[in-house]
Amino acid sequence: MIGELLLTAGVFVFLYLGWQLFLNNAIQGGDQKNIAVAASREWQGAYAAAPISVDVPKADTPATGSNVPAFAGAPGNAEVFATLIVPRFGADWSKPIAEGVGTSDVLDTIGIGHYPGTAWPGQVGNFAVAAHRTTHGAPFYDINQLDAGDSLYVETADGWYRYVFRSHSYVLPEGVEVLASVPQIPDAVATDRYMTLTSCNPLFSASERIIGYAALDSFVPRGEGPPAEIAHLYGAA
Amino acid sequence: MYGALWRSLPGPVWLRIVILVLVAAAILTACVYWIFPWLEHTFFANDATVGGSP
Repeated sequence: MIGELLLTAGVFVFLYLGWQLFLNNAIQGGDQKNIAVAASREWQGAYAAAPISVDVPKADTPATGSNVPAFAGAPGNAEVFATLIVPRFGADWSKPIAEGVGTSDVLDTIGIGHYPGTAWPGQVGNFAVAAHRTTHGAPFYDINQLDAGDSLYVETADGWYRYVFRSHSYVLPEGVEVLASVPQIPDAVATDRYMTLTSCNPLFSASERIIGYAALDSFVPRGEGPPAEIAHLYGAA
Repeated sequence: MYGALWRSLPGPVWLRIVILVLVAAAILTACVYWIFPWLEHTFFANDATVGGSP
């Protein structure tokens, strides 16, 4: 009797592990990819129907430095306003970015969350986002594989911001200085456009955070079509 | 335990098997939709953000 109970309990432990590590991970990962693809299609379709012009001085195209238009929306909590495309994570890897870093409403379901109060894509300061390293689709599973110079494309309705990966760091869970407008230097006043990614470290643990830093390189307005490196994601369009 | 369960089920062998399969499916469904998510949220912190909550 006790033996049968223990065996049953053991079976349920394995069922739980299978659910958390594989089944739910695959289901939510697929859902997140679909959200990103749908958002991207919607922006492409909206542009095709009514082209928007984003002010980018022609003298300096693709835009760099001071003439990058910052994202101008004000998304509500859990509202998807961008997608992240990282060729290093896989040829067709893209995941949605929503406002807020709540667990059940954003990180577990949508994937990537934007820290409220940090900069928007293309804005001077620090565009900071978080995502799970393991489970719930694990958007940032490969964050440790990023190399200096890797492209991180942030797509919004306006176009594509290309951030270039710089470096990693590892901090304790309370290390909020990484969200400062100049990461790790809370008192500094930003003049550059940074992006910061946070996730769990080590894998399957929450004892530390792995941080990825990137800086803005350029902006491609939607009217010019997707950057060559990720054009295959948009098919013939 | 399982022996007692088998003997307590009514009907011929095929009916008992059908009942057990249905019960197993119900238990698995409950696990995947309610019990496992609750377990994860309650016992296994998996926080990707800096600054504590959430």
